[in-house]
This record gives sequence, C-alpha cells and structure tokens, in this order.
Amino acid sequence: MRGFAGIDIGSRSIELVLVDDAGQVQQRLQADTGFDPMAEAKRMLAQVEYQQIMATGYGRNLFEISFDATTVTEIKAHARGARACFPTAETVLDIGGQDSKAIALFATGKVKKFEMNDRCAAGTGKFLEIMAKALGFSLAEFSEQALAATSDINISSMCTVFAESEVTSLIGRGQDRQAIARGLHQSVVRRVKTMLNRVSTDGDIVFTGGVANNACMVQFLEEALQRQVLVPPQPQFIGAYGAALLAAGLD
Amino acid sequence: MSENYRQMWTELGLDLKAHDALLGVLSEAYQNIFMAQDNRPEAMSYFDFVMSEVHGLRIKELLDEKAAGRKIIGSYCVFVPEEIALAANATLIGLCTGADFATEEVEKYLPRNTCALIKSAFGFKLGRVCPYLETTDMVVGENTCDGKKKAYESFKDIINNLYVMDLPQVKSANGKALLKAEYVRFKEAAEQLTGVQVTAESLQAAIKLVNAKRAAMQRLYQLRAADPAPISGLDALLANQVFFYDNPERFTASVNKICDELEQRIKDNTGAFPAKMPRILVSGCPQAMPNWKLPAIIETSGAVIVGEESCVGERGVRNLVDESGTTVDEMLDAIVERYFKVDCAIFTPNCDRLQHIEQMAKAYNADGVIHYGLQFCTPYLMESMPVQKALEQKNIPCLRIETDYSMEDMGQLKTRVEAFIEQLK
Ligand code: SF4
Ligand code: SF4
Repeated sequence: MRGFAGIDIGSRSIELVLVDDAGQVQQRLQADTGFDPMAEAKRMLAQVEYQQIMATGYGRNLFEISFDATTVTEIKAHARGARACFPTAETVLDIGGQDSKAIALFATGKVKKFEMNDRCAAGTGKFLEIMAKALGFSLAEFSEQALAATSDINISSMCTVFAESEVTSLIGRGQDRQAIARGLHQSVVRRVKTMLNRVSTDGDIVFTGGVANNACMVQFLEEALQRQVLVPPQPQFIGAYGAALLAAGLD
Repeated sequence: MSENYRQMWTELGLDLKAHDALLGVLSEAYQNIFMAQDNRPEAMSYFDFVMSEVHGLRIKELLDEKAAGRKIIGSYCVFVPEEIALAANATLIGLCTGADFATEEVEKYLPRNTCALIKSAFGFKLGRVCPYLETTDMVVGENTCDGKKKAYESFKDIINNLYVMDLPQVKSANGKALLKAEYVRFKEAAEQLTGVQVTAESLQAAIKLVNAKRAAMQRLYQLRAADPAPISGLDALLANQVFFYDNPERFTASVNKICDELEQRIKDNTGAFPAKMPRILVSGCPQAMPNWKLPAIIETSGAVIVGEESCVGERGVRNLVDESGTTVDEMLDAIVERYFKVDCAIFTPNCDRLQHIEQMAKAYNADGVIHYGLQFCTPYLMESMPVQKALEQKNIPCLRIETDYSMEDMGQLKTRVEAFIEQLK
C-alpha cells in the first residue's frame, strides 16, 4: 500500500518522511536544500511511493504550486510530530537551521500560542554552525568541548556578525576555546529561554529540529529552565513526520 | 495614467523618472493584490478608478481648487481637524506614508531606527515623487510620538510650509485645554493662509460634511460583522486609505453606494469569501497608502479581515462631532470633544484603546486579533504586550507582528500568519 508523505523544505535541508496509515514511519530521507530546492525535492520524491503528500517549511508554498500538494506551517507540523512522540507534551521548542520557535499546546494538542525568532540568525542552528567554524570545531566537537569546559566566558553579542568577531578576538587574546564554546551555547540558551517563557512557564519541553541533537544545548536548557527537555529520536525529522501524519489524516 | 499629466507633474517639480517608477510599482501591486481578488463588490470600481487616477485627476482637481482661490493643507495625523480646514476654505489631504522611497537620502536626516512611516514622509519629499505634498500650501506636523516630534524639527529644513501643532499626551482637563488652544491657533493659521474667516455657518457645514463621511465609514464597518463577510479587508482598507484624500462629498456617496450593495449581499447571504472563514481584527499602527503588505498576506492565507483598529480605520473615524453648537466657539468645543477621544498610543495611560479592541473583536465576530506594530514604533509596540495579555485572558488569540515596509520578511510573516490562522480553525 502506498503511504503518506510529509516533506519539510527548510532553508538548509529538506526532510522527507513516509508513514503508513497507522502513522508508523516507513522511510526517512534527508538532503541539502541547495540552490534548486524543487529539483532536490523531486529527486527525493522519486524514491518513495505515496498517495498523499503534505508540505511544510519555508519552501512549502513553492512546493504547493509545483507539486499540487497541500501545506501546513512548521508550527503545526512540529506540534503534531512532537505530540506523536510525547503524547502529553504541551510545550515544543524547535530550533532549525535558520529559525527557532516556541510553541504552547492545549491539552488536546491544538496550538495555543507560538513565538518565532525575528529575522536574524541569532539563536538558530546557523549561529551555532558559524561559531563552531570560527572556533575550528566540527559541530559534534563544538557541543562536546562546551560540555567539557571548566570555566565560563560571557559572550555579549547576540548578532552573528558581532559574535563572530568577538570570538575571533577572544581566541586572539588566548582565551580557552572550550570556555568560549560554552559561552556561545549559553548565549543561545538565554535567547531561547526568553522566547519559551513567553509561551509557557512550566511542564516538559519537547525539543525538535536539528539543534536538538546537540547534547550541550539540551543540558544547558534543562539547567536554565529547570524543566525537563525531551528529545525525540531523529529530531530533525519531526516537522516532516508531523506533516506526514497530517497527510494521513491522523490529526 | 494618461500622458497629459506629465506637464502638470513637471510643473509641480516632481522627479519624473522616479515618479514613473513609483507609479509602475503601485499599479502592479494594485493589479496583483486588489484586482486578483474574487467576488469584489461592483461598487468598488469607483475605488479602482480613483486608484488609476491617484496622481492624475485628483491632483488636477486640487490644482483647479487652488486656481479658484482655495488652499490645500496636508497632514500626517488624524488629530488635525478637517472641519476647521474646510470651514476656512481649505481642503485637507492626509498625506500617504506607506512606502519606502529614497531611503539613502532619508538616512541623511533620520537615524536608521526610525519607524517606516516617518521615513516614508521624508522619502516622498526627498525623492520628489508625491504630487499631493507638492500641491499643499501648508503642511501640518503634530507633536505626537517622539519620532514624529523630533523628525519635524529636521523636516523644516526640507519643506518650506510646515506648521507644527502641539498635542496633549494625557487625557486630563489640562490636556483638553491644550487641544482647544491648539485648535484655535490652527483655525487662525488656516484663516490667515486662506484669507477667509471661519463663521458659524461655514463651520457647521464643515462639521456636517465630515460627519457624513465618518458616518458612511461607520456604516461600512458595521456591515462587516456579517458572515460571510460582504467585503474583503483589503477593499475596506482601501476605502479607509482613500478617505484621506478624496473629495469628501463624492467619497461619502461612493461609500454609501458600496454599503447599499453590501446590504443586498447580506440579504442574499453572499460575500467576498465563503462563510465560516477565520475572521481577524487587525489592530495597531496606521496602514497608510500604499501599505497593503499584512492584509494581502492574511487574505491569501485563508482568513478574512473584519476590522481595523487603527487610525487608517476605526480609531480615526469613531465618534461624530456634536452638531448642536450655534457659535464658532461652541462648535470648536464640540470638535475638541470628539478628537480628544481618539485613543492613540501616544497617550498615557491609554485604557480606552484596549476596551475598543475587545469591543470590536466582539462586534465583528473576530476569531483572533493580529497586532500590527511598525518596527521602532515605541508607543504601539509597548502597548502590544499588555494588549496581547488582556486578550488572551479573555480567550481571544492574539498574534503580535512587528514589521516595516520592506519585503524581506514576507516569508516569515506568512508563516506566522498562516500558523495563527491554523490556530483559529
Ligand atoms: S497613531 Fe497617533 S500619531 Fe499616528 S495618526 Fe493616529 S493619532 Fe496620529
Ligand atoms: S507609527 Fe509609531 S513611531 Fe511611527 S509615527 Fe506613528 S506613533 Fe510614531
């Protein structure tokens, strides 16, 4: 039987999830968005068999026109995907490549309120990526080194451009790279905390999106918020997963 | 727009090349946003015509009025009383501030973090693209927010006919006395400009004329309570925008004609959109011509706008002037009474506004409120937080948007708005 597909077209990567009519995941695919997202999406679609597809992510409207699909916002898709993993969760935090959002849900799972970061990259995966690079770490190292740090350095700039030059000058002054990594993670956590507190102040948080793979972020968030942070398996696929569930009519 | 206006524009000192570019963008946006709508009321054709002649016929009319001895007064705020201008034989034009223009030039006068509306006022002047501004004999600036107050100090250097009106910031007896004193001073300035004395007859006629215009808009607002919504929010916003510069009698007649048609639509149970669409009240900063960004996003995302709590909307039009005064002074008092109720965010405290938002949401059966704040607009952005909190306590969902006139954040705005609409379904 052909399944139900959800495709999440983000600014950095595209995720595709296929579920059966009971909502069980059959297939997961991921690719870089590249310069021609629709061509990339087409290549991915050729690898799955589906009867219904629902698109989400910033490229959803383009996809809707090119592939005659239905669409849903990232907010609702992540909320749906997160609830499928943690059925009683009422707060979702999604940090992807270019944006971050905090979503509060009613007990029924319906979206109650949400906040998104403003137009710049501060507090997103992109910010962490650029900072890891400035420090000469891979993404995995960046998180590990930050966790291993024994001292703390406060990074005052939230803006990617300023933070990058702040990091460069800290390295120049011979500061400990682990401590800088820690400071950078703390600065993202501070920003995310403000956003989360605007939508909800208690209960567990489901953390989705690629940045949820960063163990240091998870730990620092728990410490800063004093709330449990739950990470679903393969958190970067939760948007596509949620869209697939909605495509299957599993609201 | 026909070729024979070029002479007129040249004489007004416009930069023809830049002006052509502006008109090009404007007419394209109008086609894409307004003409692309389905099920528009037929009577909207009047506004299509007005828009197609926005820098043509109406400017010609104003120049003809001038030739016949009238004066043209421009303004940037709904606190400038049209009644007084009219009674002194002047026409009041609300100047548009809804698009970015000559940004680089503007930033020589204003810091980058100035609201888009103020920057736009400067841009239209510095870019020499607004025939209305060039037609005016006097431009009234008002001391409202800090941004405007300070901006007028620099604006003086680039226009030669600026008149600054002071305004209260507190709704106290002193505040009211200040407003009265400023309206008296404005009356004298207008009289001096035109050489025509305001009389009880002329002021009474002006009050009636402007009341009729406001009453027509109020009628339009009330009809939007129906489901299906008889008119789109975009078309209603357009009427709100044209309110500021059209000939008052003709405008009133045209809006009433639309209302007749809408009443018939309501009887026939037809609308601009299907029934049961999510309904949104937009509240916040004025959306001046040609700023159609947010409503265009909302109404292409599966919702309909049923009201504007804004100065280009109900805040600007609410309340009529009492018509029972017999002397100029009594009438001036009545005018002060009416304008003093405008619940602009420059007032502190400004509790009426919150009540009005709640009332409007209820009266127009809105499912949610989108608070529209211009970036760097301290008064409205500050108010947006308590507004959201109060609405949520009453279980009215509220989305706070902060944006400007650029198109950079369209994708993100669309996501927010769509997610909000999903939330309302
Ligand atoms: S928002 Fe305030 S300053 Fe702006 S037009 Fe309205 S009354 Fe005037
Ligand atoms: S939008 Fe706000 S900042 Fe701009 S002029 Fe109006 S009140 Fe002032």
